[in-house]
Amino acid sequence: MVNKKSLSQNTALLLGFLGLLLWSSSFWIEYQNKTLMLTIGFLMMSIGVVGFSYSLYFTSLAGIRNNGVWFSSLVSRGIWGWLLGLVLTGFYVLLYFYPEFLGYNEAGKSSGLVAFFDPLSVLLNGKPATQWFLYGTVYTLAIILFGIKFIFKYRNNRYQVFRTISVIFFQLGFAFLIPEILSKLNQDLPYFSKDLKNMWPLNYYFFEDWHFNNMLNGGNLGLFILVFGLLMMFIISPILTYFFGKRWYCSWVCGCGGLAETAGDPFRQLSSKKISVWKFERWMIHVVLVFIFITTIAVIWTYLGSETSGEILTRKYFANVIIGFLILLMLVILLWGRKELNKDALNTIISIATLLIFVIVWQSKWNQENLMFVDSYSLRKWYGFGVGAAFSGVLGVGFYPILGSRVWCRFGCPMAAILGLQQRLLSRFRITTNGGQCISCGNCSSYCEMGIDVRSYAQNEENIVRSSCVGCGICATVCPRGVLKLENVSSKNRY
Amino acid sequence: MKDSPKKNIVILGNGISGITAARHLRKRTDRPITIISEEHPYFFSRTALMYVYMGHMPFEATQPYENDFWKKNNLNCIQASVKNINGQKKYLEFKNGETMSFDVLIIASGSKPNQLSCPGNDLDGVHGMYHKQDLDRLESLSHSIKSAVIVGGGLIGIELAEMLHSRGKKVTLIVRENSFWNRVLPDAESKMINSHIEAHGIRLLLETELKAINPSEQGGVKEVITNKGEVIPCEYVGSTIGVSPNVDFLKDSGITLGRGVLVNSFLETNLPDIYAIGDCAEQTQPQINRRPIEAVWYTGRIMGETLANTLCGKREQYQPNHWFNSAKFFDIEYQTYGRVEAKPDPTDQKQFYWQHQSKNQLLRLSYHPETEILQGVNVMGIRMRHKIFEQWLDQNKTLEEVIDSLQEAYFDPEFSKNPIAKIKADFALIKQ
Repeated sequence: MVNKKSLSQNTALLLGFLGLLLWSSSFWIEYQNKTLMLTIGFLMMSIGVVGFSYSLYFTSLAGIRNNGVWFSSLVSRGIWGWLLGLVLTGFYVLLYFYPEFLGYNEAGKSSGLVAFFDPLSVLLNGKPATQWFLYGTVYTLAIILFGIKFIFKYRNNRYQVFRTISVIFFQLGFAFLIPEILSKLNQDLPYFSKDLKNMWPLNYYFFEDWHFNNMLNGGNLGLFILVFGLLMMFIISPILTYFFGKRWYCSWVCGCGGLAETAGDPFRQLSSKKISVWKFERWMIHVVLVFIFITTIAVIWTYLGSETSGEILTRKYFANVIIGFLILLMLVILLWGRKELNKDALNTIISIATLLIFVIVWQSKWNQENLMFVDSYSLRKWYGFGVGAAFSGVLGVGFYPILGSRVWCRFGCPMAAILGLQQRLLSRFRITTNGGQCISCGNCSSYCEMGIDVRSYAQNEENIVRSSCVGCGICATVCPRGVLKLENVSSKNRY
Repeated sequence: MKDSPKKNIVILGNGISGITAARHLRKRTDRPITIISEEHPYFFSRTALMYVYMGHMPFEATQPYENDFWKKNNLNCIQASVKNINGQKKYLEFKNGETMSFDVLIIASGSKPNQLSCPGNDLDGVHGMYHKQDLDRLESLSHSIKSAVIVGGGLIGIELAEMLHSRGKKVTLIVRENSFWNRVLPDAESKMINSHIEAHGIRLLLETELKAINPSEQGGVKEVITNKGEVIPCEYVGSTIGVSPNVDFLKDSGITLGRGVLVNSFLETNLPDIYAIGDCAEQTQPQINRRPIEAVWYTGRIMGETLANTLCGKREQYQPNHWFNSAKFFDIEYQTYGRVEAKPDPTDQKQFYWQHQSKNQLLRLSYHPETEILQGVNVMGIRMRHKIFEQWLDQNKTLEEVIDSLQEAYFDPEFSKNPIAKIKADFALIKQ
């Protein structure tokens, strides 16, 4: 670092690290008074992060302070960056694939790191902690503490402040506290009849049999969660995306986005802006979307087959619904997207949809057990492993210090793909450019976490309508000439 | 367009003017285009160099196009320094003795920083901040700089102050005038910047000039002495007292020079097929209320585009629309559209001015004293839409009409505290 850290910054850092160390030490040490240790660690980390941020940003006036970002080993892929990446990746590998190393015991009483969180878990949901509770707690804490840091950093910009309060609120309330507390109040109901964060396809298991059964067996609450999920997907989300762009979700609500915007903010400049990477992104994210779509309909197909009597939905009926949906989707895209999308994109969409329709017709005619020729359960297992765990977790967060904070959102998230398609074709949201004021400095592109070359539009006085844009607004915030503005005005009031 | 045989175009300089010309030419012609720069083989944003030193961006990020863009578009970029031009026989002489002939030459060689005139101006550690090489030199000296003195109260001066300040250097800014950039900025704007500079912990010395720079034993800078007799110890002196056209190498070219390369409104020099654009061009007949040399990013870009039209068969005059400019003084953004005089002649311009009580926000509308037709706007700490002000200036809107519809031009981020209601209320009070 070029700018030496002040004494107060160093003290705060040390305190934070000791707090983290205290929590981590439960890996080896079985504390007698876990509540006390949890609280002390929590306080140390909180005071550490908030104190460090305060002393970092409030010692100067409010403004853009990206000073020394590219001289810092931690956030410019230096040795510290790689080390942090290694530690994060390691943690995710343990969490997803070897939770027993964290102390999780499926059969009986957990120990170690997982058991360390028992007091909090019992307080909130009445049961001992699992590795997912541990993860949820650390995740939420990271969003809150680094969210406060982010608010300090961008306190001169109310869009950034409001947005960050929003992601903290949704993570803490909707994703963490409410499901846990609902659990406590409804001990006998399955967990997923209480989980509000269930928007397919980000939560890819929504239509899977066990998840469905969870909701169906969850009484009124489960039914509400089911209806809420469907409403979000098919009605609320399209309306909000039409008016505000995908940002209403990606940078105001979503937990993955929330972590990227807060804990991931120092790494946002590491996203690649190369045209070749943009090409890869378009290919990759749509592959994931098609993958989850196929997996989901295959799973539903198989699920429908297992019901023998009293079926509301038969396979044949389901096949017709999906075919109808695909045809409708193609028509909409052809209608709205003919001018907007390039030929390659259109051809890809049409050929994939046609192929799918063909397969579905073929399989439903012969009433096969597996819609997509392979066992739907292994499809879903591979999706869960490859995309759900390895991509979104290990790569998505573990690689923050290497590839930037939105790797998952940019290359993998099927939800982002859907919202993005709508944003590109049917949304009021865009970033407008202020006439000829751009000086091509490149701050906007540099700090775009999605790797959009914002400058290439701004310097040509073009509006920015990109499916990947999550509307974080940082480009407009760091612009030194007041060139960019996020807008959702109707087309006739546009400039 | 079709040319046979294909005439080659050589562009001297790969700044915004030269590159804009090259890009627009390439869209419409397949003639060979060569772009020569002494500084760097590829186009980068000069205005972004400060962010490289501050660590906001790596140098590569200042380049708006990827390196293979030039080859893909068949634009031949070379890094070389030109010693002389033979305008009659149409060839360039390079410093290494090689030559290159051209059919069409576009001179876009930009500016060079003015030199300080006091003793010690040639010491190691006395530098301008203009070229990439200036940045490299500053970077290599940086570890040994504890205190820096910057001379000059203009845009580059304050940017250099911000750069050095961001790396923890003690900075003194010496300004000849009695307030920062007050040849351009009216009093209130200028004063706002004065206090903002000081709020950042920069020492601002107004009405002060440099008398001498004293050397250290190693041949670097030890201290400076001001005309008021103050001795300021420092290791670096930033010379930012303005720029002039970079045209010395054209002395023997046969091209007529004034302060810059003299061009008519078609950007043509005295010699056929030789043109000049950007900072180095000096208009022989500038438009009303415009200066003969305007060394800013935007005019360079407009000239590049205009000349590309001319060279593709659509002969076009350089007619910049209403003046506009912008800057950022530490944290205060500044935008201006039209003409706002620093010290208006009351028979030519009146001004309505509003300033926030505590925040660094200011709006100034200038208008004709009798017709009250809008002449221009200055905003500090508020963003305003370029296109709307251009429209209003074109449509001869009056001051009152502009204030009434000010919201239309408002460009601040969502959820910002909108000052327009207050501006309107204050305007209503004044009118009564």
